[in-house]
Amino acid sequence: MVDAVLQGVQTPGATRKRSSLRRTMQRKSTVAFLMALPLILMIAFLVIYPALYSLHLATLNKSMERFVGFGNFLFLFKRETFWKVVEQSCIFALTAVFFKAIIGFTVAHFVHNVPNDRQRKWRGMLLVPWVIPPAMSCLAWLWLFDPSYSAFNWVLGIFNIGPVPWTGDAFWARFSVILVNIWIGAPFFMIMYLAALKSVPDQLYEAAAIDGANWWQRIWYITLPMMRNIIAITALFSLIVTFANFDIVQILTQGGPIDLTHVFATWSFTLGIQGNDIPLGAAVSLFMVPILTVAAVFILRDITRRGNES
Amino acid sequence: MKRRTFTRRRFMATTAAASATMIAAPFVRTASAAGKISIGFWDHWVPGANNATKTLTEEWGAKEKVEVQIDYIPSQGRKNLLTIAAEAQAKSGHDILAFPTWEPQGHANSLEPVDDVMGELIKQHGKVNPTVEYLGRANGKWIVVPATVGSQIKGPCSRIDLMKQHAGIDVVAMYPAGAPPKAEAWTLAAFMKAAEACHKAGKPFGIGLGTTSDSVDTAGAFFHAHGAALVDAKGTITVKSDKVRQALEYCTKLAAFLPPDAPAWDDSSNNKWLVAGNGALIMNPPSAWAVAKRDAPQIAAQCWTHGFPSGPAGRYAPFLPYFWGIWNFGKNKSAAKSLLLHLSSRAAAEKMVAASAGYDLPSFEKLTDFKTWAEEGPPKGTLYHYPNPHNHQILSVAAAPAPARIAHQIYVQGVQTKMIARVLKGEKMEAVLAWAESECEGFMRT
Repeated sequence: MVDAVLQGVQTPGATRKRSSLRRTMQRKSTVAFLMALPLILMIAFLVIYPALYSLHLATLNKSMERFVGFGNFLFLFKRETFWKVVEQSCIFALTAVFFKAIIGFTVAHFVHNVPNDRQRKWRGMLLVPWVIPPAMSCLAWLWLFDPSYSAFNWVLGIFNIGPVPWTGDAFWARFSVILVNIWIGAPFFMIMYLAALKSVPDQLYEAAAIDGANWWQRIWYITLPMMRNIIAITALFSLIVTFANFDIVQILTQGGPIDLTHVFATWSFTLGIQGNDIPLGAAVSLFMVPILTVAAVFILRDITRRGNES
Repeated sequence: MKRRTFTRRRFMATTAAASATMIAAPFVRTASAAGKISIGFWDHWVPGANNATKTLTEEWGAKEKVEVQIDYIPSQGRKNLLTIAAEAQAKSGHDILAFPTWEPQGHANSLEPVDDVMGELIKQHGKVNPTVEYLGRANGKWIVVPATVGSQIKGPCSRIDLMKQHAGIDVVAMYPAGAPPKAEAWTLAAFMKAAEACHKAGKPFGIGLGTTSDSVDTAGAFFHAHGAALVDAKGTITVKSDKVRQALEYCTKLAAFLPPDAPAWDDSSNNKWLVAGNGALIMNPPSAWAVAKRDAPQIAAQCWTHGFPSGPAGRYAPFLPYFWGIWNFGKNKSAAKSLLLHLSSRAAAEKMVAASAGYDLPSFEKLTDFKTWAEEGPPKGTLYHYPNPHNHQILSVAAAPAPARIAHQIYVQGVQTKMIARVLKGEKMEAVLAWAESECEGFMRT
């Protein structure tokens, strides 16, 4: 009898649980989460695990037998080459992102003003540098910059200019790697800015034109404010990718001459894989994290603030 | 039925007996080496050269009833280094793996000692040179076996015509095919004079000053020829020594006669320099000559591979051995040792040398007389002196005799070539020495 009463009490609870599960399953957010779950697991496996593992590696001694805490980082702080790599990585990333943004913005405007029927062709052509695998395009650039048989120098030679030591002199080597990075990355900025430009309502420009705004005022007071978020996000993404760049420097200069083009990734590879000092290599590559975190926090905070204001 | 109990005492006795048997048992050399074995060979850049190792391994597998699985791992993009690092981390992978020059020392604790194999090979083929010992032994034991495939001497490859015409040197007479060298006059001073003359004639020597292996090896041999070491065998930094100053001074003077873009050169630059007919000499194994034979036969017919010039401390040539090692976590170590013995036999080495058109080099003293080197051409005999058959050069590796963990860093970071490039750029010699000293201090970490 008591059991029967208890069963009677439990039944509505179980029903409630079942219906609440059903409701949860019917929620769009739950479905979305479940659908994204394989990707989340993949990211956890391919990104979070290696990141944590590299953190672990960075705390070991050279022979990977002893825990040294922050010893590798403290060691790096005392190395002249490390600070040179920090400086070069900043020059490389900031200069490249700045010019990619400027070129992307300018080209996006040109393409935006091309009549719609011809725009597709231009978009396709301008995206070519971005869609070619960087390792392949870098090899082509390597031949153009070759120390002894540079195609550029051959052309310059016709006009009695040069030869330019594209990869043999510190200034020109830095110029070369930044130029190639801009060449590869500018189309990404272009396509992002073009999408942003298309989303700016025409009425705003029409109203501005009625008010007598000139071309510069339209850019400054309408286009740029409307594109601020996309500019910030694109710059952030590009900054992260450019800071972590490996292939361009590795293929074109391998960090030379005299270490003057090394960036974090190439120096980390030299120390870790070529020099068999994996913990120190891991410590160098992790040094990018605080720099990029600070940049990400500032940019994303700005975007959130503007989102709340609007 | 009486049940037999397995006491702790019995367990200890059985384990001890089993261990003693395993330790005392010789590695398997013949038909009992059954099972499976996986090998990661270096992917040779001479077309068709992989066939030799493939045939030899499959032949051994069929004879020993062992299933073999071969992977050819290229060194382009440092894929071989990545594979070694990954397998060492995962404690899983190939049974036998090809290790380039410095890698065995970095993974000494993960490699199976091969004293038994090396003892047998030294008995059969004679001694190995001190560089092979320096790189292949750790804690008093052999940890790897020197591989014929990939091992090379990076001596001079000169243009017979250009050296005669511009420097007045007959390299063929100095290094006659089939006879001992007559190279007493081939000194660092003569080399410098020849470099200057060829530079003046618009055919400079093609020696790089980058941080890749070819450049570092050449600089290393010049330093050795002066008796200059950045760090000595005990691990003491000796950068600020007179010998280092002399070596640096010599190399900087020589650099003035090299192509102006030499600091940007990589390992392909000197090959292109020779094949394009731009210079009178490069420092390379015969691969550049082999490419010239295919792409520019008229240039190949004028190439002669010979010995290094001698300096105050002797005549040193850069030797870069490759090794075969067995992981201590490998699953079929006895079969691996048996295969390494097979691959290191005279007949096997001869096949590998022939398949690589003379490029590959056994490290044992009795294996320098194969007919490939005597007969390859044109010109016939061009490779005769490549394997150092008359032992008139000391085979060395840059940054030796520093303890291997330090020397490896000096080598990989190209400290010696960077020193030359810095002086060439206008930095004061003492400032460059101070920089190199600080770099070496950084390499001392354990």
